Amino acid sequence: MNNLVDLDTPASPALATPLRTSRAYVLPLIVFAIFALVPLSVLWGSQSFILALVTRIMILALAAMSLDLLIGYGAMISFGHAAYVGLGAYSVAILSSHGITDGFIQLAVALGVSLIFALFTGAISLRTKGVYFIMITLAFGQMLFFLGTSLAAYGGDDGLTLASRSMFFASNFLKNDVAMYYVAFGVLLGAYLLLRAIVASRFGRVLRGIRENPVRMEAIGFAPYRYQLTAYVIAGMIAGVSGFLLANQTEFVSPAYTAWQRSGDLIFVLVLGGLGSLHGAIIGAAVFSLLADILSHYTENWALIFGPILILVVLYARGGITGLFGSKS
Amino acid sequence: MSSAPLQLQNICKNYGALRVTDDVSLNIEAGELHAIIGPNGAGKTTLIHQISGHAQSDSGRIIFDGQDVSRLPMAERARMGLVRSFQITSILPRFSALENVAIAVQARSGSSFSFFGNASKEPALNDTAMTLLSRFGLAARAGVPAGQMSHGEKRQLEIAIALAAKPKLLLLDEPLAGTSHDESQRLINTLQELRKELPIVLIEHDMDAVFALADRVSVLVYGRIIASGSPQSIRDNAEVRAAYLGEEAA
Amino acid sequence: MTLTLALVQILNGLQFGLILFLIAAGLTLVFGVMDFINLAHGVQYMVGAYLVAAFTAMTGSFVAGLALALPAALIFGLLLEVLIFRHLYDRDHLDQVLATFGVIIFLNQAVKYIWGAAPLNVAIPDALSGAVEITDGMLYPVWRLVIIAVGLAVGLALYLVVNKTKLGMLVRAGASNAAMVSALGVNIRLLFTIVFGVGAMLAGFAGAMVAPILSVEPGMGDNVLILAFVVIVIGGIGSIRGAFIAALLIGLVDTLGRFFAPTLLKLLLDPSAASQTGRAIAPMLIYILMAAVLFFRPSGLFPSKQ
Repeated sequence: MNNLVDLDTPASPALATPLRTSRAYVLPLIVFAIFALVPLSVLWGSQSFILALVTRIMILALAAMSLDLLIGYGAMISFGHAAYVGLGAYSVAILSSHGITDGFIQLAVALGVSLIFALFTGAISLRTKGVYFIMITLAFGQMLFFLGTSLAAYGGDDGLTLASRSMFFASNFLKNDVAMYYVAFGVLLGAYLLLRAIVASRFGRVLRGIRENPVRMEAIGFAPYRYQLTAYVIAGMIAGVSGFLLANQTEFVSPAYTAWQRSGDLIFVLVLGGLGSLHGAIIGAAVFSLLADILSHYTENWALIFGPILILVVLYARGGITGLFGSKS
Repeated sequence: MSSAPLQLQNICKNYGALRVTDDVSLNIEAGELHAIIGPNGAGKTTLIHQISGHAQSDSGRIIFDGQDVSRLPMAERARMGLVRSFQITSILPRFSALENVAIAVQARSGSSFSFFGNASKEPALNDTAMTLLSRFGLAARAGVPAGQMSHGEKRQLEIAIALAAKPKLLLLDEPLAGTSHDESQRLINTLQELRKELPIVLIEHDMDAVFALADRVSVLVYGRIIASGSPQSIRDNAEVRAAYLGEEAA
Repeated sequence: MTLTLALVQILNGLQFGLILFLIAAGLTLVFGVMDFINLAHGVQYMVGAYLVAAFTAMTGSFVAGLALALPAALIFGLLLEVLIFRHLYDRDHLDQVLATFGVIIFLNQAVKYIWGAAPLNVAIPDALSGAVEITDGMLYPVWRLVIIAVGLAVGLALYLVVNKTKLGMLVRAGASNAAMVSALGVNIRLLFTIVFGVGAMLAGFAGAMVAPILSVEPGMGDNVLILAFVVIVIGGIGSIRGAFIAALLIGLVDTLGRFFAPTLLKLLLDPSAASQTGRAIAPMLIYILMAAVLFFRPSGLFPSKQ
């Protein structure tokens, strides 16, 4: 491998530095181009369930991408990220069940609730390190899960069906699956660009520095806690938006959205696609969902294959899929 | 009340039953380069940890720039200008050499809670960082991931990073450790320039460097300062010879 | 009369806590000595339950079933160790979490595939299937008392081994500083294997003991696993004593909390709100407890590493 790294060439995905050359933009460009064109395939006669499937992929990708900020760029292994998906989803469902169907209000509540929960739990969790951090984030996720199962008024364990999708400007246009698709697409693209900017910014550089060597960062005057907490809140809020979209897409919410296994799935998706690259989360979400969908058509025991795949990826393909495409020129 | 930039007053620290810092009192005067020497295990690095804030003393006070910083965390002391380098190289391995220094410059120039704009392209940060790298002869290696640099280069980078953080006082923990003769000569020359600019506390084993650079020397043995004074007086001190130099001479 | 009810709940809490201890003991040692986060430990517990169910059905006797299940659980655990886990000791925690998560996914499906999704039944041995009168006409199941007795006995045995034997000293030293122990010439590989094997067997044993009173079903290890982690985090990683205290604490808090929360809340709220809130808060109590402990002691109550 060449020792001298030109300032203008991108680092390998695991390095998680901002994109610089055109080559580094190719993969995300292809990914978004594909997503932009999928609905057209439906027009040309392919099955309409593809629309729903790919919409869900994008929603999953959004949540995983927000987690990448934490794990890939911040080395904060949160095992409770699915909590925010649940918070966002339930914001929609609960407000809707009370007659408040305006999407802007629901979104604002989803963001607000995610902000508060992330601020509160992050403030406590970030006082710990290593496995303690993993456990405490897991614990907070579990708390929400149990809270959800006990909310009999909102379906408890069985969950709650939405009467309709969110209304925007008094219009129910989201009912149209293609509209739903492009809204999710727009949000995913927007979040991607936002996170790209954040990662390249001063704040992002500090976050990455803390990931590399927290003591070093302290020695030059950066107190890690406040930067990590900020990242934690940003990630939580984006995942909350993912929950907002999920509730709309499935028109159903349940505490299962916040189960710790779902948090595990998010990490799986990330590592599968490639940590610390943002678009890796999208690729991982796509592969994960498609694999699960295809395998489940052949056997109801698809988990028998999924488990070993995860183990093999961890053991032998640690850089994930983007790692396979890594710039090793 | 002394006006010395750094005052250590009766610093004590125990690890369980082991007394690692035993009632250390020391004033570092403005403009001086003060070397701390002592046999391995004397507690020199632990002392630096306590001065910089990486470790908490059990008792005693640390006054920096007129303020009691004993309870302040390391990051805050660094922002006040109390900056250290590490004995075991502590850089950001996957950042380039330039970015390692630039992020230290960033730490002392405005808020880092800015979420837009490309930090690695900020000209002010990069120019200052480049100047510092040049001072240490590392300009040609600016784009190299710091983890891939040679050991000697990393030691120089350590100090470059420390300098970038706009220190009012430098704590250098064995900067010459593991460097080649040329590299250490270059570092000594740089330190000669630096000592005119700001007070420096230098831990070193390289006696040539110590006697070439130090205005005063303190000797730490088993966590306790057994002697403190001019380099010549230390060299002549019988107790010091016995405890430390004596071992070396033999 | 409420006193008797309370006594029953306390005994239940003790029993639950001791089962948690059996599982957490192995977990905390493995993590303490080998720095290995093993999410698949819960699966070990599940496999113990399934094995005893299978062997009991095969032999018609619980005792025989148990006698066969324990070595089988040990072999199973060692198999996992050799095939997967030992490749992860040098990896970072994220890799360990993910790989063991993969093991959970696989094994939960595997037992469903082999035994079906419906819960299995395991009969308590006749001699121990009755109930005894503890006070005032309140009957308490003998089997639960057996679990308590056995749990305490194992706890005592572990305490003696860890604190009074050479092996135990090596384990404690390893939990404090594994590299140093290895540098001193101890066969660290063998130590790891022993620690892992004992831990796996304890978890399997716990699963076997609860098989007669809980549902033996796929996924039964998942929630218990989380609780076991909560135990070792509160107790302090690497500490058997910490695991014991934390396990009992959690067992009691969870059981008594579920029982008394609605009752206590009735003092503040109207009955239906109290009952609702109580049911919502009760399962969260343990996690609130853990968050509180970690807030004041970010490394748990009795960490073995400073």
